[in-house]
Amino acid sequence: MAAQIFSAVLVIVIGVGGCVAYFWGANKLLDLVFPAHGVSGAAAVDNLRRQGLIRPWLFVGPALLILTVYLIYPVIDTLWLSFHDRGGQNFVGFANYEWAFGDREFRNSILNNVLWLAVVPAACTFLGLIIAVLTDRIWWGTIAKSLIFLPLAISFVGASVIWKFIYEYKGEGQTQIGILNAIVTGLGGDPHVWISIPFWNNFFLMIILIWIQTGFAMVILSSALRGIPEETIEAAVIDGANPFQIFWKIMVPQIWGTIAVVWTTITILVLKVFDIVLTMTNGQWNSQVLANLMFDWMFRGGGDFGRGATIAIVIMIAVIPIMVWNIRQANKETGGH
Amino acid sequence: MAGSSGKSVVGRFGVHLAVLFFVALWTVPTLGILISSLRDKDQIVASGWWTALTSSTRTEAGRLGTAADQVEKDGKYEIAGTVLEGDGSRKIVAFGTRSQEPTKYKAGEVADLGDGETLQVNEDGTYVQSSPKTFEGERGRRVYYSASSPPKFTTQNYRTVLFSEGIGRSFLNSLTVTIPATVIPILIAAFAAYALAWMRFPGRALLIAVIIGLLVVPLQMSLIPLLKLYNGVGTFFGVPSKTYLGIWLAHTGFGLPFAIYLLRSYIAGLPREIMESARIDGASDFEIFVKIVLPLSFPVLASFAIFQFLWVWNDLLVAMVFLGTEADQIVLTAKLNALLGSRGGDWEILTTSAFVTIIVPLVVFFSLQRYFVRGLLAGSVKGG
Repeated sequence: MAAQIFSAVLVIVIGVGGCVAYFWGANKLLDLVFPAHGVSGAAAVDNLRRQGLIRPWLFVGPALLILTVYLIYPVIDTLWLSFHDRGGQNFVGFANYEWAFGDREFRNSILNNVLWLAVVPAACTFLGLIIAVLTDRIWWGTIAKSLIFLPLAISFVGASVIWKFIYEYKGEGQTQIGILNAIVTGLGGDPHVWISIPFWNNFFLMIILIWIQTGFAMVILSSALRGIPEETIEAAVIDGANPFQIFWKIMVPQIWGTIAVVWTTITILVLKVFDIVLTMTNGQWNSQVLANLMFDWMFRGGGDFGRGATIAIVIMIAVIPIMVWNIRQANKETGGH
Repeated sequence: MAGSSGKSVVGRFGVHLAVLFFVALWTVPTLGILISSLRDKDQIVASGWWTALTSSTRTEAGRLGTAADQVEKDGKYEIAGTVLEGDGSRKIVAFGTRSQEPTKYKAGEVADLGDGETLQVNEDGTYVQSSPKTFEGERGRRVYYSASSPPKFTTQNYRTVLFSEGIGRSFLNSLTVTIPATVIPILIAAFAAYALAWMRFPGRALLIAVIIGLLVVPLQMSLIPLLKLYNGVGTFFGVPSKTYLGIWLAHTGFGLPFAIYLLRSYIAGLPREIMESARIDGASDFEIFVKIVLPLSFPVLASFAIFQFLWVWNDLLVAMVFLGTEADQIVLTAKLNALLGSRGGDWEILTTSAFVTIIVPLVVFFSLQRYFVRGLLAGSVKGG
């Protein structure tokens, strides 16, 4: 263990030191090759111009290199692989896509993903909004928000263990140690193995993500609500609007933009949901989703890269509209700064 | 909402009650594993964690002494002994001799077993079995009893998972992955963000658009090509393909778009006058960046650091693809996932391990919540 701590510290120092050394050294080198001081005026101007041409690329260089290797190249390669067989050698045309849409498990995953997309972003946004409005009106609202926000820091695997314990099932007649079955039996019902009930188990898994993400929606929406001008609400109160009218007709329309942001952020997260399904059911009992199916095919029987890549492309296609919208929004905002 | 006018007392009370309800719903699950991780492992399966403060009762079975133990006393044959082993904190509530009625008799009661045979089991576990005839047979009589044990809290579970289940080692592995994977992208992103915000060069606008586009590219798109690449590099140079260096770079790559995006929007908002006056004083871009931009950007650097730290610490997917599953590399999340498979019903192990994995994020989160929230707001609201 001591050896590992030592080597970890060592690599941290080397890694971070290497980064610092690169930026400092590259910058120094540029100053040496094209000196701006101690040369004639014309040469200095010339050299400064050259420095100005090169220096930005020294600064963005490492980022560009890493982005290319870790994101841009893989996107192209994944697209390429999706038209090839399991080893990535032979071109197979659309065979992988044909396989996918004929495969029962894939279609089940698509359906489940659609279900997740329909429920989770809506539930998180709605609950987040309600809690944000409520907590703004009480003196201990900040503490309440902190506690509801807390699951956001917990890993999906940790959250899965937490909820698996809640859904824990013991045979009839035994003491139920899972709180859900304890409540159900306490009310006179029968205990169930919740995560193995086809179709409904999706919802039991979704609850975990909703539990994690509601805090995110709440914080963002709460800050948007604070930005609403007081006068608009006061005017509505004077006009005799009731609290529900104020909420739906005055507050919500003013934060539509933020609601859309929260919604799309959670949508992207839902498309990538993996850990929860892997740890809770690993796709059994018809609870499979795309990201977990993709992971499965990456390694199943030595790995089928063609099929795995195809599933990744399907996830990507679902994200593209959001991506385009994001870039447009950002261009509008910066206005070419 | 009902009380938003703040006039009716009932409405106000309703708001408090509603918030209390939500808070309970959101904290009870975590509370469950925290309490369970501190309970005695036998009690975890005997009773729900919400009863942790009351005594738990559990029905068990045992055997009385055999014929060899009998002594003759007042013309009767008796076997005496105790059914409870251990420290004596447990108490018998009831007992029985048939599995259908395991709690037929109260503790201390003398049970008539027919043919003049009697059995008395006392609260402290001692029993006397008596019969007018000699006992025969090699096996003692089966006896069922329900024993109550007082609430028992222990740190034994933590000692077990940390030192014999490998969680301690995984904790260290997680740190080894997380710290460099947090620091490296900050440095690289900060330089790039400054260049994108304050330096003029061709292709800048395109680069910014590409980075915003990459923000939402699913991780899944990168996995297979990188797995191939790593395997290829490993074979070519004859080095292992699953290394810490590999995962640091992977996390750096995946974290960079957000880092650059977040830092750029902050750095671009710094006052122009400061930069210009420094430039007039003869400062180079490098000096401006190191002496002015970096110190002024501290809040946003902290925000990103927290994000990246939590994201890397909590990540399972990247670790499962780019790191091995041996003890020297497996991180906490992957270890917890493995335990879910191998120790399925051992809740004392699972709850404790889960709590160990979430304790670091919780501490980071509570101590630096301000920066976390600020980053969240900057990252998504402006992100549009």
